[in-house]
Amino acid sequence: MDILRFITAGSVDDGKSTLIGRLLYDSKSIMIDQLTAIQQQTKHKALGEIDLALLTDGLRAEREQGITIDVAYKYFSTPKRKFIIADAPGHVQYTRNMVTGASNANLIIILVDARNGVVEQTKRHSIIASILKIQHVIVAINKMDMAGYAEDTYNNIVIDYAAVAESLGLNNVTYIPISALNGDNIVEKSALLNWYEGPSLLSLLENISIHQDVNLNITRFPVQHVIRPQSPEWHDYRGYAGKLISGIFKTGDAVTVLPEGLTTSIAFIEHNGKNVEEAFAPQSIVLHLKDDVDVSRGILIAPTHQLPTVAKEITTLVCWMDTKPLQKGNRYWFQLNSTMVKCMVSEIHYALDVNTLGKNMHVTSIALNEIAQIVLKTASPLAFDSYNQLRANGGAILIDEATNVTVGACMIQ
Amino acid sequence: MDKYYLDYLDQLESEAIHIFREVASQFEKPALLFSGGKDSITLVHLALKAFRPGNFPFPLLHIDTGHNFPEALQFRDALADEIGGTLIVRKVEDTIRAKNLPEPKSKFASRNALQTFTLLDAIEEFKFDACIGGARRDEEKARAKERIFSVRDEFGQWDPKLQRPELWNTYNGKIHKGENVRVFPISNWTELDIWNYIKRHRITLPSIYFAHQREVIEYEGQLVAVSPFIQIAETDVVTTRQVRYRTVGDMSCTAAIESNAKHIDDIIAEIIATKTSERGETRIDDKVSEAAMEDRKKNGYF
Repeated sequence: MDILRFITAGSVDDGKSTLIGRLLYDSKSIMIDQLTAIQQQTKHKALGEIDLALLTDGLRAEREQGITIDVAYKYFSTPKRKFIIADAPGHVQYTRNMVTGASNANLIIILVDARNGVVEQTKRHSIIASILKIQHVIVAINKMDMAGYAEDTYNNIVIDYAAVAESLGLNNVTYIPISALNGDNIVEKSALLNWYEGPSLLSLLENISIHQDVNLNITRFPVQHVIRPQSPEWHDYRGYAGKLISGIFKTGDAVTVLPEGLTTSIAFIEHNGKNVEEAFAPQSIVLHLKDDVDVSRGILIAPTHQLPTVAKEITTLVCWMDTKPLQKGNRYWFQLNSTMVKCMVSEIHYALDVNTLGKNMHVTSIALNEIAQIVLKTASPLAFDSYNQLRANGGAILIDEATNVTVGACMIQ
Repeated sequence: MDKYYLDYLDQLESEAIHIFREVASQFEKPALLFSGGKDSITLVHLALKAFRPGNFPFPLLHIDTGHNFPEALQFRDALADEIGGTLIVRKVEDTIRAKNLPEPKSKFASRNALQTFTLLDAIEEFKFDACIGGARRDEEKARAKERIFSVRDEFGQWDPKLQRPELWNTYNGKIHKGENVRVFPISNWTELDIWNYIKRHRITLPSIYFAHQREVIEYEGQLVAVSPFIQIAETDVVTTRQVRYRTVGDMSCTAAIESNAKHIDDIIAEIIATKTSERGETRIDDKVSEAAMEDRKKNGYF
């Protein structure tokens, strides 16, 4: 059994929360007491039937306003897989929350209302999916019950979306007609949609291969912590603790310690207290090097034949997440895995229109929820990869020096 | 099976170890909040893995309501001894006395909400900048919204509308003096994941998790153990039943469930078959209102 992390996206009334409620309900992941609680609330709100959306809106303000403000995580499993759902809000003003939810997702379900077809929101969510390099896209054409379960309606939306996907370079797109409200094609295939030949949504989610999502070809090991017991028993022990974020390390591999660039080799690898011949992502391990080189938190260890870029200047896309705008000359902390350095915005290349993908070249300031390409100068050299090539070592955050808040999500170019 | 494949429990374990190591590196004075329950016991097990053969790097902090199961307390002391860790106990009783707080009075008078005062005092006393807890997002809907690194202001308050975005596996632990971070390494685990992990790694638990005979009263469908901490009316019927605990909280506000599960496999089968959520079945204190947990968390609760 493995883990599939997915996010759902759609406009406000596309039935996103209903879909999640339906998946949880039909996979029997909702318990009686939880159901009783929402039944009582539904009555309270004078609505006719059980409002499955109430299952996911966890905060008082969300229930009062009937909208999703922040990402909620939900869990369910089938004998085949454990699923982690990031339920993120769809509004433009919550782009940052969607980016947050999307950053760890293997898959995105984009909901399209069968009556409205592909709209601005659909494009915007698809653009975010492409920028964040979500590996798998399911386009769920919802509310088929309100469109007479018509195959033509479905086909036309598929044709429209395929054009969007092509323009964004989105591969691995799968389409499915559903009705979240009625449960059509969610867990079981629906007789009302018998012209659709594919599997149900749950079956799709259970069977999509996500094995390739962990990059095993490029190896990167950021050191998190140095373990030095300094006890009589472990007098000379010095191990570098961290998670292999990608790739494979074997005992004896020639490695380079970055950004310094010293080379040595792997003496031995510990995993859960046992010496192992090799380790692979995403295992948490302790690495021991042959030579006595200076290694501390923030160091990246990589195979000598396969080095990342080391530079003090980084071109990156940034999704801005703060009400205080990003401007040229501003200083921030830049955190990439366990590395933390000071940086300055040296240039703003362009702002991206998330509805059209158009580039606005004449901008001096980036506001909340905007996406831009910028150049950062860092105080010391940094070892990084491009996000498109290696998500694990190309995604970083910007932190405000004064407030300590995470203000930007960077996807290094 | 592919040779480079990590199953879900190994993935969850690696994620938790990664979080533990971030805490050890990013903070000056972390503590591990320990209740004697299965989730905090699992945390201890994960922390041992994250730092061995180094010393256990955090003290265990127990906020003692005085309403504990004796079995859980014995277990706590034995575990602290075994790992050679420091155990800090701060008692709600002392807070009540020092702050002259009213002792809750009712049939199942719970000191649960009062723990917040004791916890915040302990954080202040030891200047803890990070408190690691065993909360899981599947437990409750306010928890489903919480970050893995959850920043609390100098009053211990959680602001659910102003949470820091948490991207990829990058955790921002930067805080101002006086603030602290609650860290939840097993956020992504479910109750069943915990039990499967306990089984795989043969982790020892307090005996009350397994079926045993106990004197209880039945109140609104829930079985509450007879103890000095609850008021038993003349109309209450005391019976001896075969029960176990699905969660370990206070004796005054944790209900037992009728069960024959004496071994871990029986418990796993029971949880797979259950139709009631963990907290719904066992916590008397969550039922106060729709937003009971959200409100407690906003005030500084775990």
